[in-house]
Amino acid sequence: MKITVSETENTLYRDSFEIEGGNFNKAGIVSTSIKSLLKQMGLAAEVVRKCAIVCYESEINVVSYARKGVVNLTVNAETVLIEVVDEGPGIPNIDLAMQQGYSTADQKIREMGFGAGMGLHNINSYSDAFDISSEVGKGARLLMTINIKQ
Amino acid sequence: MNLETIVKKLGLEVRCAPENLKNNVTGGYTGDLLSDVIANSHEGYIWITRQVHQNIVAVASLKEHAGIILINSCEPTQETLEKARQEKIPIMVSSMPAFELTGKIYNLLGIKD
Repeated sequence: MKITVSETENTLYRDSFEIEGGNFNKAGIVSTSIKSLLKQMGLAAEVVRKCAIVCYESEINVVSYARKGVVNLTVNAETVLIEVVDEGPGIPNIDLAMQQGYSTADQKIREMGFGAGMGLHNINSYSDAFDISSEVGKGARLLMTINIKQ
Repeated sequence: MNLETIVKKLGLEVRCAPENLKNNVTGGYTGDLLSDVIANSHEGYIWITRQVHQNIVAVASLKEHAGIILINSCEPTQETLEKARQEKIPIMVSSMPAFELTGKIYNLLGIKD
């Protein structure tokens, strides 16, 4: 079942941020902007921390593997929804990709300290709900939900 | 304890953002895997690493670290320095290896100024 994100009367904020694939010079910019925004909204430190972690890991995945991606941020009264959709090779085996330590990263990515196979695992553990889907050759879609009341 | 005290006591060389040496250090984290640091470090921590590329600044900025210390006399790249100046993240260099430096800072943080 694919979970969709739709605007409701509870939506307090909605915005989209583009991520450039392959450009490590800009990696982290989107996550930092989103973190600042959520902080300004007065969300609890733990909520902001969880959002920042899942956002950064998703951003690094787009930069590492995809051509481009977009982060759709929706803040509702009860939840923060972070949807990341990319155009890229996709994930052939999601169960395998979710395993801690499994990675398809090349040497260049690993030398920078990325590609340790912790990204999707971290995203899963810091999200209150997590949905992942992918079509090989087209891309991947991640939807992370963080509850505002922890 | 602030960064300045740690810099003085351990003879660290400051490479950028000296204006932020008053930053309070609440703890520390040692690691070269960025996902590990992102998941397990906290605001106000000093980050000890061997990584010198510019993505360390994005991580430190996102996590609001007090600063970054590079071990074994490793120098930050030019891009790292430029980004750290913009983000006002102090980067320091130590000649010590990670184990030794971490131990000394751990002990220092247990002592009041």
